[in-house]
Amino acid sequence: MCEMSEEYRESAPKGPPPPRLGTGDQKCVKCKEGLPVVVIRAGDAFCRDCFKALYVHKFRAMLGKSRLIFPGEKVLLAWSGGPSSSSMVWQVLEGLSRDSAKRLRFVPGVVYIDEGAACGQSPEDRARTLAEVKLALQTTGFPWHAVALEEVFSLPPSALRCSAQEAAGTEGAYKAAVDSFLQQQHALGTNGVERQSQHCAQDPQSPTGPPTTAQTQALSRLFDSVKTLTAKEELLQTLRTHLILHVARNHGYSKVMTGDSCTRLAIKLMTSLALGRGAFLAWDTGFSDERHGDVVVVRPMREHTLKEVAFYNRLFAVPSICTPALDTKAPEKASIHRLMEAFILRLQAQFPSTVSTVYRTSEKLVKAPRAGCAAGPRCLLCMCTLDVDTADSATAFGAQTSHLPQMQTPVTQARAAAGPCCCAGMGGAPGCCKREDPRAQVMEQLCYGCRVNMKDLPSLELLPPYILSEAQLRSQRATAEQEIREYLLGDSEDEAGTGES
Amino acid sequence: MPAPQCASCHKARAALRRPRSGQALCGSCFCAAFEAEVLHTVVAGRLLPPGAVVAVGASGGKDSTVLAHVLRELAPRLGISLHLVAVDEGIGGYRDAALAAVRRQAARWELPLTVVAYADLFGGWTMDAVARSTAGSGRSRACCTFCGVLRRRALEEGARLVGATHVVTGHNADDMAETVLMNFLRGDAGRLARGGGLGSPGEGGALPRCRPLQLASQKEVVLYAHFRRLDYFSEECVYAPEAFRGHARDLLKMLEAARPSAVLDLVHSAERLALAPTARPPPPGACSRCGALASRALCQACALLDGLNRGRPRLAIGKGRRGLDEEGPPREPQPSRPLTSEPVPDF
Repeated sequence: MCEMSEEYRESAPKGPPPPRLGTGDQKCVKCKEGLPVVVIRAGDAFCRDCFKALYVHKFRAMLGKSRLIFPGEKVLLAWSGGPSSSSMVWQVLEGLSRDSAKRLRFVPGVVYIDEGAACGQSPEDRARTLAEVKLALQTTGFPWHAVALEEVFSLPPSALRCSAQEAAGTEGAYKAAVDSFLQQQHALGTNGVERQSQHCAQDPQSPTGPPTTAQTQALSRLFDSVKTLTAKEELLQTLRTHLILHVARNHGYSKVMTGDSCTRLAIKLMTSLALGRGAFLAWDTGFSDERHGDVVVVRPMREHTLKEVAFYNRLFAVPSICTPALDTKAPEKASIHRLMEAFILRLQAQFPSTVSTVYRTSEKLVKAPRAGCAAGPRCLLCMCTLDVDTADSATAFGAQTSHLPQMQTPVTQARAAAGPCCCAGMGGAPGCCKREDPRAQVMEQLCYGCRVNMKDLPSLELLPPYILSEAQLRSQRATAEQEIREYLLGDSEDEAGTGES
Repeated sequence: MPAPQCASCHKARAALRRPRSGQALCGSCFCAAFEAEVLHTVVAGRLLPPGAVVAVGASGGKDSTVLAHVLRELAPRLGISLHLVAVDEGIGGYRDAALAAVRRQAARWELPLTVVAYADLFGGWTMDAVARSTAGSGRSRACCTFCGVLRRRALEEGARLVGATHVVTGHNADDMAETVLMNFLRGDAGRLARGGGLGSPGEGGALPRCRPLQLASQKEVVLYAHFRRLDYFSEECVYAPEAFRGHARDLLKMLEAARPSAVLDLVHSAERLALAPTARPPPPGACSRCGALASRALCQACALLDGLNRGRPRLAIGKGRRGLDEEGPPREPQPSRPLTSEPVPDF
């Protein structure tokens, strides 16, 4: 034991033993005056004000340097009640109440998704949580939307379609937008504050009433049927994203902000990697995520570590609401998500640069398919460009072969069979396309990672109707295209390709 | 409870549950499926063209034993000829037993075998000598760094010696998955950009190398060896394994327990990573000393040997690289291959 402590003393960075906060005469490393209250990185003690300045600066710099959020734009803050997203809402609140020069210039709203049914909460607990949530939402003064996850059962199939992407976001466009906004402000005089209060006075969007019991049952049946916690987490993530996007589109929000912290993103990166989503890491963890076309997801908290968030929330009394999640009380080995989280956090405790190393590496990833993969159809669930190509990819074969004797995945078989079958279908056998397994129909529209997840769903019929009907629609369209391809002259491949995109 | 029927032939009793799919299969159906999958990997990836003379890197361990066995089964269909190349690193009490296993295999399968020794190739440097030389530097795990780099070089030389056109190694899916996890954890974007495929096509004069077992998980490799009753050598090297890879390995084992396909999912991810052009390493050039493929002025093998010969073994590792005057022209006083059997301290 003595040796241990001696070794520790030796390995401590600078000669004197690590200073205890508040005991010595140590000063804040930034202003050299204030009494330090928090040590963020090894040895860097900050006083309360400097810590706050740093924290706020990080948030604003993230938004500022990206030039993605246009002035006056409607932005939906995805709030789960947890510390990071609560801190994000708080940052926006503070940013809007600043003096005019530094005030954030976008128009926020908040969305809360009630996932109680998926997590097996009792109706009483859900009602209690919801009341707490509504109170918190009302105190923000922003327009808010509290939506139950059950609403996925009434989503339209169009929720899965990715609308045409606007060619916005260029430097010029951003400058022009800022200029015109400033002029507008000038013309209005100094009634900016009034404008603001107008927003607050807006009627909060009342939720569309509590979900029906039938829907709640359908949702719990769906989640109960999923065989692994890993797949449950992914399914919840997928449905939640669809619902948030739907809310954003319905209410004219063009950006969604999520509160993913640096730590969370590092964990998410490694988790995605282990789930076979290597091709989409840049979308899954980057600052902006444009895969949905008209609504862009941004992650402004991605420079803040979980530790900073926790200290900020504590020092400045940022309220957050604790709700049980899917993995609450689950053992560490229950899912890939839990395992990766525990692993990264444990490694971070031993090697404090783990999270930042993983995070910095993630910034070197780009949102482009690896050379040689053309942009093709999108995944039905995660909306990324499919990363599964047919015969000649060796791994596609390797992982998808669960039925070995036939040497081919059922999906590729189905695809190969579809062509001749439907051509022959002209001469009779009207039901020949119906013969195709609906499961295979859905599976072939998924990316590698989503396919692996869906393997843990024994019956896809429990999925919300919008997914199933969109899948059917897409496969019908594919069949129709296959049919006309026969009649196209010349370079039909190319034409079909351009028509699709 | 009696074992269920084999899901493939429906005749024999199943002897195993496949880790990858959970299917219950009999031994012979599993082996047939395993071989078919390796064949598919080789054919789909166009790894080994007909007429290729293939040098199989044989260590005597399970992976290379299975690789050699499978390729030998597939050789008539692929139209390739095989040649075992074993490397004698000169690790007393460990390598001799492993090499004996390789010799037994070669004799049983009637495959030609060539053994190349570190001692002959690198001017008397055996791994035991390297270990003694690095022992003083306080970080013994550097041994694996030396051994890995030098073995790669030795295998290449051995393959050239037997007139091979291709080199195959027994890396399995677990190795690949560990590597990608490790590269993320230590932020090695260059390696992430480089790795991923099933092998390298042989740029800059190096022989094309590939890993036909890359899509087979370690469990399946062991199962195959078990059902084919292969005789292999399984002992940990006397020099401690890499500490950092240990973290990745533990994680991988847990991930695999949570989801059996995790290993292959990681391999798929690694194949599809898209790195920014700036993160990609510059195209490799040639080593100014030996002409081998190198991303710097000296190839890593020459740089390590150089460090050893100068009595500063850590010279070419990590931050030690700064001491290496590789930027300048090749130093005059030394011949093109300054290999002596004793470390020469020059400071």
